[in-house]
Amino acid sequence: MTSTTRGLHGLARATALAAGLLGLATAAHAQQQLRIGLAEDADALDPHQARTFVGRIVFTSLCDKLVDVTPDLKFTPQLATSWEWAPDNTSLTFHLREGVKFHDGEPFNAEAAKYNIERALTLPESRRKSEISSVQSVEVVDPMTIKLVLKKPDVTVLAQLSDRAGMMVSPKAAKEMGANLASKPVCSGPYKFVERVQNDRIVLEKFQDYWNKQAYSFDKVTYLPIPDSTVRLANLRSGDLDIIERLEPTDVKTAKSDANLATASAVGLGYQAININLNNGDKAKNPLGQNALVRQAFELTLDREALNQVVFEGQFSPGNQYFSPKNFYYDAKVPIPPRDVEKAKALLKQAGVPTPVSFEVTMSNSPRSQAVMQVIQSMAQEAGFDIKLRATEFATMLDEGTKGNFQANQYGWSGRPDPDGNIYGFVTCKGNLNDWKYCNPQVDKLLDEARTVADPNERKKRYDAAEEILAKDLPIIVIYHESWIWGMKKSLQGFQPHPDGMIRLAGVKKS
Amino acid sequence: MLSFIGRRILIAIPTVILVSIFVFTLQKLLPGDPILVLAGEERDPQVIELLRAKYHLNDPLPIQYLAWAGQALQGNLGVSLRTGVPVMQLIKDKLPVTLQLAAMAMCFALLIGIPAGVMAAVRKGSAWDYGATALALWGLSIPNFFLGILLIFLISVQLNWLPASGYVPLSESVSQNLKTMIMPAFVLGNALAASMMRHTRSAMLGVLRQDYVRTARAKGLLEPRVILKHALRNALIPVVTIGTLLFGELLAGAVLTEQIFTIPGFGKLIVDAVFNRDYSVVQGVVLCTAVGYIALNLLADVLYVVLNPRLRTR
Repeated sequence: MTSTTRGLHGLARATALAAGLLGLATAAHAQQQLRIGLAEDADALDPHQARTFVGRIVFTSLCDKLVDVTPDLKFTPQLATSWEWAPDNTSLTFHLREGVKFHDGEPFNAEAAKYNIERALTLPESRRKSEISSVQSVEVVDPMTIKLVLKKPDVTVLAQLSDRAGMMVSPKAAKEMGANLASKPVCSGPYKFVERVQNDRIVLEKFQDYWNKQAYSFDKVTYLPIPDSTVRLANLRSGDLDIIERLEPTDVKTAKSDANLATASAVGLGYQAININLNNGDKAKNPLGQNALVRQAFELTLDREALNQVVFEGQFSPGNQYFSPKNFYYDAKVPIPPRDVEKAKALLKQAGVPTPVSFEVTMSNSPRSQAVMQVIQSMAQEAGFDIKLRATEFATMLDEGTKGNFQANQYGWSGRPDPDGNIYGFVTCKGNLNDWKYCNPQVDKLLDEARTVADPNERKKRYDAAEEILAKDLPIIVIYHESWIWGMKKSLQGFQPHPDGMIRLAGVKKS
Repeated sequence: MLSFIGRRILIAIPTVILVSIFVFTLQKLLPGDPILVLAGEERDPQVIELLRAKYHLNDPLPIQYLAWAGQALQGNLGVSLRTGVPVMQLIKDKLPVTLQLAAMAMCFALLIGIPAGVMAAVRKGSAWDYGATALALWGLSIPNFFLGILLIFLISVQLNWLPASGYVPLSESVSQNLKTMIMPAFVLGNALAASMMRHTRSAMLGVLRQDYVRTARAKGLLEPRVILKHALRNALIPVVTIGTLLFGELLAGAVLTEQIFTIPGFGKLIVDAVFNRDYSVVQGVVLCTAVGYIALNLLADVLYVVLNPRLRTR
């Protein structure tokens, strides 16, 4: 036998071995498990340090919070069974659930809740500080009651505590691990942390001492970040995943045509908009930035429904306010203006600006943003606008935004259950997200007042009044509200779509 | 031999230092403030200030570099700004995944490219030659991401033979690991196989015309022995050079392949880090890649000497 033939035999044996190993693939797992496809990887798994949307999806199963939100945005008990405001809205008292344990067996009580809120306020790495900055102190009233004393009336605190700021971690674990808790989070949710491989998976298993464990039917839940939406869908179709988030609107048809799949959707809490630089440096000095009539004319060129049909196959929801038309706080007196090119031209004439009115819109380099802006570019052209588009990567766009290096940019906000979270930071004179430097003391006054009023109807009056001013000033032109679209196996029953985009597993089972 | 290797290593050191300075400064020139990304959607001013101080981003650039390089020399590349995981740990976790992917891709490339190149050269002008050349052209022209998605739809969605994406560590299950890696490795190795084939073919054609090959034939040696023992061995020298250089390219190609198949390797780590402006991860990973590349070149030099004893005397 020559060395060559020996080599070939060796190769054949190696190939046979590899093929044999492949054939040994294990079949379905006996345990009930759920595999969820996420659009990106989560960041730090500590609710006080975390900042990503997908991180919140994982926390929904991992970390319970004081209050939860229903699909119609009402607050509902979770770790707190009830709560009440002081008559002047300067303190908020929570009555806590009895018999709750953290994943390390430590009891949940008023001391633990106090520790958590103080940790969110003082941990150097905490991203929650501004969310609950109105909290002055936390008092333990009795072993199962805490009272949050506020610096000034602030009804938005309850909404903040329905998200990461209200999530409770085990004080014992947090004291031991400090900021490193993110590497092995210990909370009190229905599932406990098992392992995480960055960019690959986060594995949780059922917590047997959970206070409501009968509502959860899976023994193991695995989150797999798969950024490419086509590949995410392919994994669902091939059966490797049970549910995926952020199905592309253009893929809904494909998913619906697959007999094994189902879809669900909910209009999200956020919005996508064109933000116009009004007063942030020299770039603001152009007709669009300086003249509200020009901005109104530009808005009138938009056919939001056509845009929704062309780019999103009708899956999203056209919008013109900081809350979607389905939201309680939507102001019906300011409906979506229909496209009116003639009126737009007349407004430009009235503004006395030479046409074409030319400006540049910076947008993220995602295919979606580019498609949206290309449609808008051609719509606006008919009325005498010459829009130049510049696609840039998201981090750069943010940086240019804060520095005022833009005339207009296109991006959105993921949305918050409380109306304040969608509007305050963007349009108040000192708002930290107000990159366009819009400032109208009247708007500031209304939005400040809305923070102090607990009655939703009274609050709505303030938001409506602000909305009416903003619809004329137009620092931000809201275009549409994204829907959260989930794709899942048909065998998955009981999934309830929430406008916050979270995947809540209570009551979900495989048939 | 040892002094040869020693000399090569000495030359490599300044290269590494230059690379590290380059990596460090270049990435500071990236547009976009990392702290804005890290601070989250809310961009809390308190958090922004704290993060800037924590990561010394207010210090002058040379001071930042020296602090980083000093730590890097001790094997500490800092922690990921995004998740707080030590960069060294991330590299230790991710590098084996990409190396496995690249090694498997290289196996595909060698198994397809070299035999096809030899056949094409030996049977020059025949259907074999044209067939192999056409296949190589296809392999070189089809983009990774397209072939990847095509295969996912065919093999995973339609035929349901292999998982569409994901990764199972070798330590957990060898069979599952191979199942998840075989498709990406093929996709990654595809273009490489094509260029291997082209290089082997041209090198073989050159060698087959040499006098010593004619002598070997005249001695009455069997044709397979002439080709494999006498011709291929010499033809492999340029192929080894190309192979080691292409191995570096494989690591670059792995960036796309890992994104498509969601393999938590080096490529995916760096892409995610760049988009999230995770400076410490980008710096650590690029430095490691550069050092790896330099080491591979060193290896190629050593391999020449092993394959061609004449070089040892120089």
